Order: sequence, then C-alpha cells, then structure tokens
Amino acid sequence: MKILTANRLTDGEAVWFAADGTWAETIDVAETVDDKAGEARLEAIGKAAHDNNEVVDVNLIDVSLVGGTIHPLRLREVIRAAGPTNRLDLGKQARPSAGAA
Amino acid sequence: MYRYDEFDHDFVKARVADFSDQVERRLAGEITEDQFRPLRLMNGVYLQLHAYMLRIAVPYGTLSSKQMRMLGHVARKYDKGYGHFTTRQNIQFNWPALSDIPAILADLASVEMHAIQTSGNCIRNVTADHFAGAAADEVADPRPYAEILRQWSSVHPEFSYLPRKFKIAVTGAERDRAAIQTHDIGLHLKKNDKGELGFAVYIGGGQGRTPMVAKKIRDFLPEQHLLSYTTAILRVYNLHGRRDNKYKARIKILVHETGVDEIIRQVEHEWQALKDGELKLPEADVAAIQSYFAPPPLAARPEGDEAVKLARLDSKSFGDWVDQNVFTHRNPDYAAVTISLKGIGEVPGDATDSQMEAVADIAEKYGFDEIRVSHEQNLILPHVARTDLKAVYDALVAIDLATANSNLISDIIACPGLDYCALANARSIPVAQEISKRFASLERQRDIGELKLKISGCINACGHHHVGHIGILGVEKKGAELYQVTLGGSADEHTSVGEIIGRGFGPEEITDAIETIVETYLAIRLDRSEKFLDTYRRIGPAPFKEALYASEAKAA
Repeated sequence: MKILTANRLTDGEAVWFAADGTWAETIDVAETVDDKAGEARLEAIGKAAHDNNEVVDVNLIDVSLVGGTIHPLRLREVIRAAGPTNRLDLGKQARPSAGAA
Repeated sequence: MYRYDEFDHDFVKARVADFSDQVERRLAGEITEDQFRPLRLMNGVYLQLHAYMLRIAVPYGTLSSKQMRMLGHVARKYDKGYGHFTTRQNIQFNWPALSDIPAILADLASVEMHAIQTSGNCIRNVTADHFAGAAADEVADPRPYAEILRQWSSVHPEFSYLPRKFKIAVTGAERDRAAIQTHDIGLHLKKNDKGELGFAVYIGGGQGRTPMVAKKIRDFLPEQHLLSYTTAILRVYNLHGRRDNKYKARIKILVHETGVDEIIRQVEHEWQALKDGELKLPEADVAAIQSYFAPPPLAARPEGDEAVKLARLDSKSFGDWVDQNVFTHRNPDYAAVTISLKGIGEVPGDATDSQMEAVADIAEKYGFDEIRVSHEQNLILPHVARTDLKAVYDALVAIDLATANSNLISDIIACPGLDYCALANARSIPVAQEISKRFASLERQRDIGELKLKISGCINACGHHHVGHIGILGVEKKGAELYQVTLGGSADEHTSVGEIIGRGFGPEEITDAIETIVETYLAIRLDRSEKFLDTYRRIGPAPFKEALYASEAKAA
C-alpha cells in the first residue's frame, strides 16, 4: 500500500496527498492506493503538483494500515509524519490535534 | 576580528538581492525546482525531512556578540527558538520557510554574515583552531590566512564548479585542534629555522564513505605563496578530479588513484607558473588582514590565580569546570573557556535563542566581544581574565551551559541524523543523548578521562565517526537502525581512521556496547594517565572484541 508525500514549496512543510484532493499537513488523511493503477494516478498527481510549483521532493511511500491508521514502513517517513524523535514539542506531533500516528 | 570593507558590504548586499529575486521568482513559479535547486544550495538552503534548512557561514568559527545576538534573533523570529552549531563551525536552522529566507539573509547581512558557499561543489567555509589567537602553544594566529582564503575563494570563478565540495582547515599550533588531516587541504602554520612563517601543506584527507588521512605534500610553504600554491592544488584537482562518479569525486580519491608523488609533481609544475605572479601575497596586504585579528588589549589582571583559588574553595563544581573547560591562554592572567553545548541528555550543538543572547552578553562583558564555534560543536570564549572566571561560570550556570565535560565521553559530536536530515539512514541525536545520560556522573567521566565519541547517522560522516576514539555509524539494515562501532580513530596531529570492531548494535543495545567498551578500557589501562586512545593503540581491538562478542561466539 502506498501514499503520496512531498514538501510544500513555500515553507518546506511535509505534506501528504489527501483523498479530498488537497495536500494535507498530517498523514492520517492521506489517500492510500494498493494497485499499480492507483500508484500511477498518484504519481501523475505528484508530478503535476511539482510542475505546478506547489510541492517539491515528491515521493510515493510504503505504508500499512493498522487498526485503520496509516503507518509508514520506513522510519524516515515515520519521523517525517511526526517530527524529530528527540523533540516531541516540534513537528506534527506537537499539534494539539496530533493523534497516535 | 575581521570587519567588512565597502566591497564586502556591497558584495553581500548584492548577493542578498540576487537571491531574494530568485526566491521571489521561484515562489511565483517563474523558475522550476531543477533551476532553483542549485541556486538555493549556493545560498545555504537545503530541504530536509520536516522543512527547509538554512546553513549560515561562521568564517573560521569566529563571531562577535552582535552576530551571536543576531543568530538568537533569527532563531526566535524565523525558526523554532534554537539553532544547531555544526562540525564545520557553522550554524544551521532547521525550520525556516523559504519565503522568509530573503529577510533572514538581509538581517544577517546587517551584521556581516551570510550563507554563501555553505553548500555546493565549491570551496566551503574555511575552518580553524577554535583557540586561535589565544592558545599558549600557538606559533601564530591562523585566522588571517583563513580570511585571505575566504576572500580569495568567495565566488572564485574558476573554483565555483569543482568536481565536488572542497574544505580547507588551518591551524597555528603543533597540537592540531582543527582536524586538518581530515580536510581536502590542511594547512599547519609554522615557523622555519629562520623564524619565517609558512605552512606545512596536507592534501587529500577526508571522511565520508572513503575515509583517508591527508598526505603531507610540502613541509614548508612560505606564507606569501599561500594563494598561488592553493590555486595550483585546486587547478590539478579541477582538471583531473573525477566528475563521472559523485562518490569518487573528492580530491582524496584523486590523490589515492594518482599517487602522492605524481600529485606533488603536478602541483609543483602548476605552481612554477603561478608562484611569482599576481597571487603572490604582498606583505602589506597580509599585514593589513593581520591587523584585523590583532589581539584584544589584555590588561594585566594578576589577581586571577588568587580569585580562582578562593572560588574553588567555595564551589567544587566551579573547580571541576575550571579543570575541565578552561584552556591555557598565552597570557597567564587570562584563559580560554569552552562553553559546553553538551549538557547531559541534551542535543549536541543545539543552543536556544536566549542562550545565544546570554552568551553574547557574557562575551561582551567578560570576553572582549569574541565568541568561537568549535568543530566539536561547542562555543568558546577565547579571552577571559582568570579573575572573571567565576562570574562567567555563574552566568553560564544561569543558562544551563556550565556542564564541565569538555573532552570527556559526554562531549559528543553528533550530526542531526534521521531526526532531521534527508540523507541520514539512522538517528544520531537520541543515541548521543542516551550515552550522555548513561555516563551522566562527572566523577565517572573524569575517571574515564579524555574520550572523543563521535556519531554519524550515515556514511557521509558529518558526525566525524571515523576519527572518534569511539565512532558510531548509524546504518539502515532491513528497515531498522543499526549502529556500527569503530575504535581508535583520532583527528589530531596523529590522525587515524577508526577500525570497525565487529557486527553492529541495535538502538537498544548501543549504549550497553559503549559501556562495555569503556569498562574494558578501565580494566586494562596501565593507569589513569593512559588515555583510551593510547590503550587502544597499545593493545589493539582484541580485548574489546572479546568483551563485546565473546559470549555470543561461545553460544554459537
């Protein structure tokens, strides 16, 4: 299973492509795909957003669903989705609404 | 310290204007990321995991109070209240918005700072001994030469698109505190028999995936030939350095593949055509630059010894700090002070906005307005009257920067690692924090003695693990973090690359492994005067391997 992620051009904020067609600031609403057609569609969306100067460093990343929650498989992406592990007061994890992602 | 002249001011201002325009055009979509990326890198702007990162140059690690205050201001206004001092004597901010960077650069320019050439395949910030101009064992201050190199290398048209980045370090003492043998060019400022100044020249040192100790290619280069000879080296490198493979593009590979004798021949040949030309440094110009680095007026303060003695009686912790963090100054009434950015369990090299401002105040009040950044990620007050040490100590206690651990096991170098860095494979900071907490007892640390522990979160080795007495390299193996340990590295005048001790350790095991290594050392050292590195060099890896792996070998 994969999702589409990038960093927003203006401020570098880590973002994920959401099912509602926006770039969300938290991973929990990312649109998941689990077949080649879905991956190709997300890749095309990512390329268009990159070419349209909305985002940079666009990547499809591997995730799994655990109890309905999206979990990236690589630690790198877990840290991007949460924030620095040594500073829980920074990054997405510091937001009042941050869940157990 | 060096002050910008009119040319410098205009140059930096013009650069800020250029880059501001480039950012504006990028945000407006007029230029693509592929077009913009090299431009932002030339101005120190990286993209990391959570945000952009801005790396600001601190030439040869020297800062004034005003500049340090500005860094505090940048941290507070544009970032998240802290900055990270790096192993290249620079500072990085981890969270700036691209749209704010023109304003940050304009603020920095107002205090004669910039982010030019902190990235890209050019000559990077020239680094120097952090005790330059203060150390008792120094032959001469290396910073004027670092400044000459800075001026010469800034947007040098011939050397702005080298095969790879290029790092130069300069020291002015036999005791190498600038790790010159791990640099592309290392310069050791010294005097010859006639008392003339010149340089021993080393080339081809480096860390990364192929660590190499630099080779000495000249024992004495007269000072007036600094630029002509450096140009000759760079010309040979620029012409023959590999551009086909990023991982083989540093000068260390060229030196290794070509052979040092042939490289010397080529450099000398090139130099013959240059040495008597316009690059030969006029004495008057050298003297003019040196005058910027004239020592501060160090008035006699002979009461220092008595004051320190009395304060020691009053406070053991002050005494510990003096023993560990105070370095011998060439003037016996004065001292150089290491401000440890390695509080127990803290992030190596991080300082908050208010700490930066407080250090600026302390430097202004007690330290002739001078601060240094060390490549070991600490701050230095190079000139403090010994009689003021207690006041400085008390002021540092008030901002939690009085940890008395300079050169001890908790004085760890660590790169940002996977908590921030897009290149990293594993985390560095939490490993450093855990080890620091495990060895929190100052008494224990002092019993262990000098021990340089360095951690990198990937093979690029920003955390200098190859030259740590104990080095830790984080890698990713089967999706998990794994830490390889090297022993016996060193970055001083007897530079050596550490040897891998055996299989790596998981994040839960690494602190125990380090403790096992340290306990093994304590058990086998001849006495307290034999340092960890000396013990390792005397005995080799066997007892450490035995302690780390014997039980599993038996089990197998």
